[in-house]
Amino acid sequence: MVQLTVNGQTHDVDVEADTPLLWVIREQLGLTGTKYGCGVGACGACTVNIDGFPTRSCTLAVGDLREGEEITTIEGLSEDLTHPVQIAWAELDVPQCGYCQSGQIMAAAALLKDYPNPTDDDIDALMMNICRCGTYNRIRAGIKRASELL
Amino acid sequence: MTEHFKLSRRSFLASSAATGSGFALGFGLSPAAAQDLSSDLSTPEINAWVVINPDDTVIVRVAKQEMGQGTLTGLTQLVAEELDANWDNVTYELVSASDNVVRERVWGAMGTFGSNGIRSSQEMVRTGGAAARAMLVQAAANRWGLDVGELTVEKGVITAPSGETLTYGAVAEEAAGLEVPTDVTLKDPSEWTIAGQPLQRLDTLGKLDGSRIYAIDYTMEGMLNAAVIMTPVLGGTVTSFDQSAVMDMPGVQQVIQLDDSTVAVVADTWWRAKSAADALPIEWDLGENASFGMEQLDAMLNEGLEAEEAFVGNENGDIDAALGEAAQVVSADYHFPWQHHATMEPMNATALVTDEGCEVWTATQDAESALAAASNASGFDIAQCRVHRLNPGGGFGRRASSQDYVTQAVQIAQAMPGTPVKLIWSREQDMMHGTYHPTTKARFRAGLDEEGNLTGMHMRISGQSILAGLMPFALQDGMDQTMFQGLNAESEEGEFGYTVPNLKIDHAMRNPPLRPGFWRGVCNNQNAFYLESFMDELAEAAGKDPLEFRRGLMQDHPRHLAVLDKVAEGIGWDTEPAEGVYRGIAQHMGYGSYVAAAAEVSVDERGNLTIHRIVAATDPGHVANPQQIEAQIDGSFAMGLSAGLISQITMEEGRVQEQNYDTYPVVMMADMPAVESHLIPSGGFWGGVGEPTIFVATPAVLNAVYQATGQRIRELPLWKHDLTPKE
Repeated sequence: MVQLTVNGQTHDVDVEADTPLLWVIREQLGLTGTKYGCGVGACGACTVNIDGFPTRSCTLAVGDLREGEEITTIEGLSEDLTHPVQIAWAELDVPQCGYCQSGQIMAAAALLKDYPNPTDDDIDALMMNICRCGTYNRIRAGIKRASELL
Repeated sequence: MTEHFKLSRRSFLASSAATGSGFALGFGLSPAAAQDLSSDLSTPEINAWVVINPDDTVIVRVAKQEMGQGTLTGLTQLVAEELDANWDNVTYELVSASDNVVRERVWGAMGTFGSNGIRSSQEMVRTGGAAARAMLVQAAANRWGLDVGELTVEKGVITAPSGETLTYGAVAEEAAGLEVPTDVTLKDPSEWTIAGQPLQRLDTLGKLDGSRIYAIDYTMEGMLNAAVIMTPVLGGTVTSFDQSAVMDMPGVQQVIQLDDSTVAVVADTWWRAKSAADALPIEWDLGENASFGMEQLDAMLNEGLEAEEAFVGNENGDIDAALGEAAQVVSADYHFPWQHHATMEPMNATALVTDEGCEVWTATQDAESALAAASNASGFDIAQCRVHRLNPGGGFGRRASSQDYVTQAVQIAQAMPGTPVKLIWSREQDMMHGTYHPTTKARFRAGLDEEGNLTGMHMRISGQSILAGLMPFALQDGMDQTMFQGLNAESEEGEFGYTVPNLKIDHAMRNPPLRPGFWRGVCNNQNAFYLESFMDELAEAAGKDPLEFRRGLMQDHPRHLAVLDKVAEGIGWDTEPAEGVYRGIAQHMGYGSYVAAAAEVSVDERGNLTIHRIVAATDPGHVANPQQIEAQIDGSFAMGLSAGLISQITMEEGRVQEQNYDTYPVVMMADMPAVESHLIPSGGFWGGVGEPTIFVATPAVLNAVYQATGQRIRELPLWKHDLTPKE
């Protein structure tokens, strides 16, 4: 039995301690907005924020979570699409297929916490998620727009 | 690939489309036999394309597949335009393959590939919108006892000469009872107010809060999960496996051999199924391909470069005489490696098999082929099968090339009747069992006269045919016409843009043991890289500017020339670039559209490449939504530059070596250049936009790299080459 707090709710789940957090979020908690892309921490589709820090949930064993850590998934970013990143993404029609965008949005939200006025170099350094549709230029514009909305 | 073969023998007739980037299916099922199929579609409809509710909301039916490219919104705009709808009231619903069968394919072919989403169905959907409009106006005219010519329509409101109005919703039921007119007139695009506008997509919000359901997210009551292990070498077979080693692992329910090369593990959750599949001891007979590697591939392709026999795709004049008389002969060999689609969402499907039939929930670029795969795998007639379309996390041709994941899901579900099972391929299985961008080499020999004029050119392509690997029935006397994409004489699909007095372009087919597939851009990718790089080599040998050299050969191809001139203007070709910055240019035609790109790059003293910007121009004839085309240009550059600069699939001992994004890296944020797009639709034709610009990114950048470094990159990807300045 493992205990974890996701989007403000505490859950006790009956899984092996070495199960990746990603699959607990998707399969035990039924929150499917967080995506499986690679399973090796390379693509970022599974990004969630743990105490505000962007984390690749596919390579973090659920048993390694520390007590009291608060996990935020895309479903918990805002209640009604009102996070500045979500507003900016909607304005600029950022997504194409959209599969990677949960991870991109979580990474962008975390970036803006530390860098409310990010430079292009900040964005290059901190946005390390893969988008195979190639929405990078709109993601960059989206982050800058969200920065104005903060 | 097996379902295509079976499908051609069973209740389907398959024939290759002229473009080769797909195939058409003729269903052998009579509508009567399928009438008992339930449908998810809204009612009552005005006609096949339009439903209008009493509250004036308009539902446009979409048969083509949305996978990020914006087709869904573009098609809906085209219907709404002819309908004169109020865009704020417009929404959409998806047609299923079974609906299409029952209605005798009233929605046309559903397969979405070859950049065909809009161009192959625009006339059909616009006609549908115009017919629905005519019926609604007729219904209002009947109500008022007036002639339709006396009425006007704006944004879903019909107005009589008296000023009295009726909304579409108010007359929808009467309109639905009228006969569908067949003689409607479509608007001239110059009159458009909805189509052609940079409207926002209809499907964005669900992608921003995690609520959009992709195929991999689908769940059902009592559903189990499956993972598969497939032969690591094409043609290999399972000799034995030890299920007792994993049956005691948590959650494991069953281990099932699906065919001679695949074993599935079923468990309560996918993570447990995948963990058990990884732990399952399997013995393989890897077969004869287990000795094939890059050395063998190289030898195979090189042999094809020299071969006497080859399929001729484009020929005029006398190439041998021209080369014999040339003042200077220029030669070069090029190579394009295998690539993987690497869709962000791995292949997956959920299936349920009962005594009554088979149901599948999946993401596919071709729901009709998925339906065929479900029928073939389950043994049930088409009328007893249903495929529900779920959202795909990328397609790029993978979800059109093979429905193998659907076949497997049905095979697993068949072993557990009454229990729904979701199959997900792990990223590693996905990357090792793709339908790969084919690999080829090209050899050029070209003659220049004393003045540097091009007098003749022979382009020999050696290598892999997609049709031979995926659908051999589509070959024409053994020849794969798709090898010549963008190199054809007089073609509306992809015409060679240069006039060369003596020309020969031929293909020696050499098929290595790795399954090929349609990969965004398909054979245009290698053809444009080869040709546009070599054009720069010729320009240099002729002592001419790369743009001027091309222009001299393009006077009979004004549309090709127009996009080339546009990017030259955009990049400022006639001005000096900034210190240390160099330029390259390229053009190509494919999927009915004319495209060109110009790049500015610099290479530092450590050999690091920076792409400062790329200017793109596209002439797709007509534009359904310009901001979505700009998104496709950005995205196609990201994917094209991945293949050109970074990515490569290799093989040793018959096995694909790259298994995940750590060994198959792709373009990321820091690699992405600024892109400036110019849309110059010249009208009179409909070209595609999802793929075409992908062709020109790599040659434009590599031509600029040559200017910067003096290194001509003839083998992709770029990273294999050391760009450090030679002292």
